[in-house]
Amino acid sequence: MNAILSLSELAPEVSTGRLDIDRVSIELGSGADRFTALADVSVNIAPGEFVCLLGPSGCGKSTLLGALAGHLTPSRGQLRLDGAPIGGPDPQRGLVFQHHTLFPWLSVRDNVAYGLRMRGVGRAERHAQAMTWLKEVGLEGFEHHYPGALSGGMQQRVEIARVLINQPRVLLMDEPFGALDALTRLKMQELLLALWSKRRMTVVFVTHDIDEALFMADRILVMSARPGRVIEEIIVPAGRPRSAEWLTGSSFIEHKRHCLALLRDPALTVPLARLSPINPAAESADPAAYAD
Amino acid sequence: MTAYGQLSVARRMLPLLSLLICVVLWHVASSQRMNLGLVTFQNVPQPLEVVHAAWDLFQSPKLQNHLGASLGRVASGFLVAAALGVGLGLAIGRFRWVRETLMPPLEVARPIPAVAWIPLSILMFPSSEGSMIFITFVGALFPILLNTIHGVHGVDPRLIASARSLGTRRWAIFARVILPAAAPSVLTGLSIGMGTCWFCLVTAEMISGQYGIGYYTWESYTVQNYANIIVGMLLIGLLGMGSSALLHRAGQALMPWYRPGGRP
Repeated sequence: MNAILSLSELAPEVSTGRLDIDRVSIELGSGADRFTALADVSVNIAPGEFVCLLGPSGCGKSTLLGALAGHLTPSRGQLRLDGAPIGGPDPQRGLVFQHHTLFPWLSVRDNVAYGLRMRGVGRAERHAQAMTWLKEVGLEGFEHHYPGALSGGMQQRVEIARVLINQPRVLLMDEPFGALDALTRLKMQELLLALWSKRRMTVVFVTHDIDEALFMADRILVMSARPGRVIEEIIVPAGRPRSAEWLTGSSFIEHKRHCLALLRDPALTVPLARLSPINPAAESADPAAYAD
Repeated sequence: MTAYGQLSVARRMLPLLSLLICVVLWHVASSQRMNLGLVTFQNVPQPLEVVHAAWDLFQSPKLQNHLGASLGRVASGFLVAAALGVGLGLAIGRFRWVRETLMPPLEVARPIPAVAWIPLSILMFPSSEGSMIFITFVGALFPILLNTIHGVHGVDPRLIASARSLGTRRWAIFARVILPAAAPSVLTGLSIGMGTCWFCLVTAEMISGQYGIGYYTWESYTVQNYANIIVGMLLIGLLGMGSSALLHRAGQALMPWYRPGGRP
């Protein structure tokens, strides 16, 4: 919470986007394969805070994100946004995956305008807003391209514009830059921070990259695997905007060393099959159906 | 530049050349009355006889009736199969309970060849036109159905999750995400289904005797007019090829984002 106080004074005041994760457990799989993906996690996230979930694969960070998005129902406990229980997916909680989740059959502009279309906004207004957002993410001139014609980094820019056009209170990101090369990744991190500082919304950002977490976050929640739980909370002691000095300073190195030690703990690095928390069997309301 | 140009001309000539070689081989084998032991060309009509038979058919006023009747049957059977196959395929691919309810009877019906349906279809449909359309429908249904199911299963669950998070309602997911995402696979099914539809035409038109390319072929067999059989066969082949090409064109026009064999 201290991180909020250290935010730049230029940042707009935000009053919405408070997330409460209240003693949440999530079990996935069915029968003998059933396991606890998330065990008794409690976290409160302040409006406008940038939180990174950091951990090895299988630690339940994507599961927690899926639950916040409303695609998974907790087995126990409750998730709330601004006091209201989270019941299902909603544009108020925008979700960005790692890659290839743009609609390949829609042009870049129609992808960005998709959420507005679902809300029944007229065509002219939709297109105008989509163009504004494309400009914002630096993709002016690409509006008529199909996603397949764009590079990975450009696709992620479209993803971000597609979610932010709905003016979400919360931005949920599941390793959004994990498939990009180092330089593109750095540019995307800066773009996201710039967008976030302009219209401050709550961000929950899943990553397994320590540098990324330390560069982006106000607060890092380090998670461990099976059962997934939060083992440590790190408040990043750096101001905004983040500078290259922070990235090369001794405090950064110290924090990085600490995170590495946490993630290297042999108890945390059990080799596990990769599971997707979001499963094709989405017809079922039973959370178990998401796990096979 | 010139070398490339020559190459592309040669490439364009290749399909024609290949067809020509087939006809020449056929001509040589049938005119020499070749007997290869396992297979013999002694009684096979020669290409020239077939050309004469075709000329006779093209002169005859019946040609229009034959073509019209067959095209109508194939189109009707195909359209019903497309509507039902895609509709059922979407539901079966998406909902486990629909799959568990409908798949057992469909799996039993699938291996039954079209020719075996003839007696039942005569019993079930009061008009012979209805029974013939039913046979072409049976031929087209399963490829369309199975490819649609396959396409729905291939839809990335994250795509559906993204759409839901962007405010798509539960039922709108079908039109907005599942159908377009499965479209390339559906098109493959439609294309195969179009082929099997023509494939079943002779079978279907065995039922009733007046008009139809299939009927013409079957009738030629019963009166032992072998050149006419080959005319019928070639007509069915050409019409099938043409309608598949048409479907392919339509698919490309409807899915400009989709390039088979990799992302652009």
